[in-house]
Amino acid sequence: MSQVVEQGSTAGEGEVHSGLRLRSVTKSFAAFTAVDDLDLDVPSGSFFALLGPSGCGKTTTLRMVAGLETPTSGTITLSGQDITYAKPYQRPVNTVFQSYALFPHLDIFENVAFGLRRRKRPDVKKQVEEMLELVELGSQAHKKPAQLSGGQQQRVALARALINKPEVLLLDEPLGALDLKLRRSMQIELKRIQTDVGLTFIHVTHDQEEAMTMADTVAVMNQGVIEQLGAPAELYENPHSTFVANFLGQSNLIEGAVTGRASDVVSVDMHGIGVSVPAERCHAGGDKGWVGIRPEKVLIGEEGEALDAPGNTIPGGVVTDVSFYGVSTQYLVRMPWGQELQVFEQNTGRRRLFRTGDRVELSWRPEYAFLLDHSQDASAGSQRVAE
Amino acid sequence: MSETVRRRGRIGYLLLVPALLWLGLFFVVPLYSLVATSLFNADGSDLRGYQMSWAWGNYTDALDAYWQPLLRSLGYGAVATLLCLVLGYVLAYAIAFKSGRWKNLMLVLVIAPFFTSFLIRTLSWKLILADDGLVVNTLQLLHVLGSDGRLLATPVAVIAGLTYNFLPFMVLPLFASLDKIDHRLIEASSDLYANPFVGFFKVTWPLSLPGVVSGTLLTFIPAAGDFINVQLLGSPNQRMVGSVIQSLFTDANDYPAAAALSMILMVLIVAMVLVYVRRAGTEDLL
Repeated sequence: MSQVVEQGSTAGEGEVHSGLRLRSVTKSFAAFTAVDDLDLDVPSGSFFALLGPSGCGKTTTLRMVAGLETPTSGTITLSGQDITYAKPYQRPVNTVFQSYALFPHLDIFENVAFGLRRRKRPDVKKQVEEMLELVELGSQAHKKPAQLSGGQQQRVALARALINKPEVLLLDEPLGALDLKLRRSMQIELKRIQTDVGLTFIHVTHDQEEAMTMADTVAVMNQGVIEQLGAPAELYENPHSTFVANFLGQSNLIEGAVTGRASDVVSVDMHGIGVSVPAERCHAGGDKGWVGIRPEKVLIGEEGEALDAPGNTIPGGVVTDVSFYGVSTQYLVRMPWGQELQVFEQNTGRRRLFRTGDRVELSWRPEYAFLLDHSQDASAGSQRVAE
Repeated sequence: MSETVRRRGRIGYLLLVPALLWLGLFFVVPLYSLVATSLFNADGSDLRGYQMSWAWGNYTDALDAYWQPLLRSLGYGAVATLLCLVLGYVLAYAIAFKSGRWKNLMLVLVIAPFFTSFLIRTLSWKLILADDGLVVNTLQLLHVLGSDGRLLATPVAVIAGLTYNFLPFMVLPLFASLDKIDHRLIEASSDLYANPFVGFFKVTWPLSLPGVVSGTLLTFIPAAGDFINVQLLGSPNQRMVGSVIQSLFTDANDYPAAAALSMILMVLIVAMVLVYVRRAGTEDLL
């Protein structure tokens, strides 16, 4: 009887989730908590990126989905089925390992055929040949892994996982060992293959550019928890924490005191200058906060020049550094309160280049600014600090 | 540039000289002398002296007289090697994958028996397997052995002694092979639907084959030629070819027959090793 009630209640809780679902998953190693009470939904068919610095728990999360680690607590379900404690060889999940982990004693053909043979699938030869064609390695079938280049080994690792048509394909920094040029072309290749086969890809990476260009949903992970999850553009344009603001691209974060909250706009006093931030971009509760603005959203102009940015204008800046990149110029501008702000300006040719020591005025459209919690570290997730 | 290349080549050859001299003096010369002795006239003796008479009959005579100990040696050697492989593989696997921080200690324990002499260790086996010893008494109690059954002077004792004495020669190369296996390969096999059992036979075992081959060779070759174990733990009924050769040399002073028998054993072992290595597909080891 009680069983029936239980079944009824689970069915009532909602439709069966077709993708991967993690609920309050925690993984502790002795005193260290690698993943802390994590909830995550990965819709089936999506290209999902888990992005974070090394040690943030993203690889541990991946290994728990693969079954190579067992969660300390919590549940993992796939298409409504609980796989929390299923053995790795019992779940429809395959991994492309960071080190590729190709079997050195088997040739490329047998490496790719490994999963099919274990499951006694028919037509191994035909399927392997098709898969090797897909990753453009048809002519290398009878070589040993050690005879291939890094990029080719990477494609073998991908083919070996992909051929099993898993419900979820896990990619653990699969491009980390490749040089920049190869990495770019493999990114495009991976994206193309994902679109072709339509499987769920979960891609673990610490490279924010890689995550943003490839994935349709990015989860930014830090210290065992997900800081923010969303489409790449959404994360970039409206970060909810200083960590996301700094880890995804670069941000200027300026200390400010909240002076008023209207229904649609928050007014902030920023070192004596009043600026406004749209209410839906305000992620700070207290009376202080960090006003954030992306360097490319900041406009730079001569003192007293009327800039196309009604609202937030900050006078009194002095250019302290100019880096000319060709397509853009990066300025560092020292503000009256001593902070240096970054400004990227497109070299459209419409404006003159400023020189070090020039007195300038900065401004930005209020709708681009965001407000973050003052209790957070303004340099969290910043790669510039480490340098 | 070509000058330095030439000089480097010359230094390479110079470095070979000590080893070549050593091998020449202590391997090629004795081998030559062994081949020569095996062809001396069979009716020679220390008193009358020997002549080189190309007496190929020494070989057929030796085979006729001693084919039983010869076959027995290969048989005992093979059984002991197989036992060493089974015991050694489990041990090496446990040390390589499961011992954690005890790994080095375990390895030292594997080598520890070498700190005492081969002879003393074999003599203590004589005590362990003695007629009134604990092992025999227990087996009698369990009716595995009859009330007057014994272990000493049986093939069991000889093979047990061989297995014990040569086990480290099996464990060390096996450990070296297993320890090198990247654990992520085993994870990959399990990710690709291989349960632990299948994963072992498809990944771990093939990758440990170099260790299996060198371990079995290091065990089989000395075990088949051994004469100490049979002398201390066996009886004339278990006579192995090593003890025959030894008694022909030292007791009977029949040098030509002893030399011919040695040559036969050597050729047989080399032939078997070649076939074995071919079949195991690890030619690059030789």
